[in-house]
Amino acid sequence: MFARGLKRKCADGEEDGEGALAALRAAPSYSLQRQSLLDMSLVKLQLCHMLVEPNLCRSVLIANTVRQIQEEMTQDGTWRVTAPQTVGRAPLDRLVSTEILCRSAREAEPPGPGLGDGHAPDMVSELCVVPSAQALQSPQSSVWEVDSPRENRGSFPKSLDQIFETLDSKTPGAVEELFSDVDSSYYDLDAVLTGMVGGAKSGHSDTLDALASAPAPPPSSSCKDLGELDHVVEILVET
Amino acid sequence: MRFSGAADCESSCADIISTVEFNYSGDLLATGDKGGRVVIFQREQELHVSLQNKSRPHSRGEYNVYSTFQSHEPEFDYLKSLEIEEKINKIRWLPQQNAAHFLLSTNDKTIKLWKISERDKRAEGYNLKDEDGRLRDPFRITALRVPVLKPMDLMVEASPRRVFANAHTYHVNSISVNSDHETYLSADDLRINLWHLEITDRSFNIVDIKPANMEELTEVITAAEFHPRQCNVFVYSSSKGTVRLCDMRSSALCDRHSKFFEEPEDPSSRSFFSEIISSISDVKFSHSGRYMMTRDYLSVKVWDLNMESRPVETHQVHEYLRSKLCSLYENDCIFDKFECCWNGSDSAIMTGSYNNFFRMFDRNTRRDVTLEASRENSKPRASLKPRKTGVGYPCGVHDASAFSEKTSLCVLEGTAQKASSISVNQGSVGDEVRVVGAQTEESLGSSIFVAAIAQEQ
Repeated sequence: MFARGLKRKCADGEEDGEGALAALRAAPSYSLQRQSLLDMSLVKLQLCHMLVEPNLCRSVLIANTVRQIQEEMTQDGTWRVTAPQTVGRAPLDRLVSTEILCRSAREAEPPGPGLGDGHAPDMVSELCVVPSAQALQSPQSSVWEVDSPRENRGSFPKSLDQIFETLDSKTPGAVEELFSDVDSSYYDLDAVLTGMVGGAKSGHSDTLDALASAPAPPPSSSCKDLGELDHVVEILVET
Repeated sequence: MRFSGAADCESSCADIISTVEFNYSGDLLATGDKGGRVVIFQREQELHVSLQNKSRPHSRGEYNVYSTFQSHEPEFDYLKSLEIEEKINKIRWLPQQNAAHFLLSTNDKTIKLWKISERDKRAEGYNLKDEDGRLRDPFRITALRVPVLKPMDLMVEASPRRVFANAHTYHVNSISVNSDHETYLSADDLRINLWHLEITDRSFNIVDIKPANMEELTEVITAAEFHPRQCNVFVYSSSKGTVRLCDMRSSALCDRHSKFFEEPEDPSSRSFFSEIISSISDVKFSHSGRYMMTRDYLSVKVWDLNMESRPVETHQVHEYLRSKLCSLYENDCIFDKFECCWNGSDSAIMTGSYNNFFRMFDRNTRRDVTLEASRENSKPRASLKPRKTGVGYPCGVHDASAFSEKTSLCVLEGTAQKASSISVNQGSVGDEVRVVGAQTEESLGSSIFVAAIAQEQ
């Protein structure tokens, strides 16, 4: 589908022989590419939401793309909820998944809706639906206010979760959990990196284990728990 | 490619041209920029007209600055805590009815009607005040005189005559003056409003596609235009690649279209990006009113208004990008919007592309030309070497003009058969400079193409 006709960016530049990664790179499957596209789209939507005034047209187009992927994955039966432990994969794999997306066509399978993912079903289940490492690197200076009144976002559809509530109709429960996982895990990663975000969701702190470092982000000025503040100061001082 | 000139990023960012528009005669060219400023250029008047050469009367394509004014200022929406950009999204001229010129300019939220008038005389010999404006002592006045009009240096004044505000929740992407010359429409992502030019505190909502539940939003309005001859007909395009034609006589709220234009999807080329690249960025009626043209990401399509099922012509603008859609999605280029336009006789259409290119398609000869616009090597009235660029045929050379560095504007002149190029510069995909908009105006057998080049920082 989208893999058709893609060219290599540079000949033989990809081989760095990193074990399992090389194996992954050798055969970017359609499902892998689709997964990467999904990751990328989710990141875009979240970044979009971070903007003061998101471009409505762009947001709608990206949301539609995500919905399309989700529909197809549901048809394929590959739409699964990722278990928390799989989230702890090395970030390097996530890097790979996005890069593979734009690689050579000759390694890609001919696409087709409803095509069974016979070649690599296990890869799909192992891939975590956490935004790619690219998201980790993007500088986030705006504060991700979890409890912020999203109505103040102007014209943009209220929140990421609300956009994807429409996807709920297809696979209730699974989708919600999937995206809520994505939503907050991204948030947590961002908190670790920038140290600016407040109001951590305690239930998802295990997503940070793989990344080591501080277990809890420092709270924003709206946080009322001074005990947490002390704890955080301790951590900051340590690092 | 970088423009020399302003080293300060802020000033050069504000100089990025965001819209261009010729007036009906082609004598005036208005440009709007990111800083909310409008600069109007006027075609230099030909002093010597060759009466012998009637077969091809030649008009020089040199434009000089005529007027500059600040149309919009940045505003702050306190309710939403958002800054409203002053960037001019669209400019549309009104048909000229007297000596003054009128245009509509809009940013994201507010539309303004500007009057541009010339003053070349002033009165001298007032009774109550001196030449320098000081009031005269009434007791010192011993005689009365009639003030005399004396010529003065031409002064062009721009004054805001109407401000049409507070009618759009979303960003205004189009304005279109009706053929009745009394009304106009303005369109944002979800709504289209009808205005009367004399009335600023009220507008009629004629299209509303906002769903009751914003979570169900899947489609937005991308462009809208009135029919050039039928004042009750207008079209609007969507992000799903459809165009709806509406007749205002059918109902007050034109939610139900009279015609629905959509090309059936080619199942063999379907991908996850199909919808995004089908999103229409611009729609323009032909001057005749018989056809309309739509611009999506990779192509330009001409539609016959009598046939809704598919376009009558499809021209590929930059088909080589089709294999790179994934990368273009990643770097957001796939969301870029291009404009398109017809020439005066509807025989040619033109649209912008990347790398300073813009593409012109001759509908009669079925040939297409790729023009490359660059400020380098362009001197006023200089003859330039022909340049073969991409697919097309060898270009003849005519005069070309370039403008001041600030505006980054260039004018190319040519005929439908021959087109000229003013550059030898190379660019590559992802370069900083892109063609923002293009206009063409047919005048006395020659076409004048103007390209505004936006510099990305």
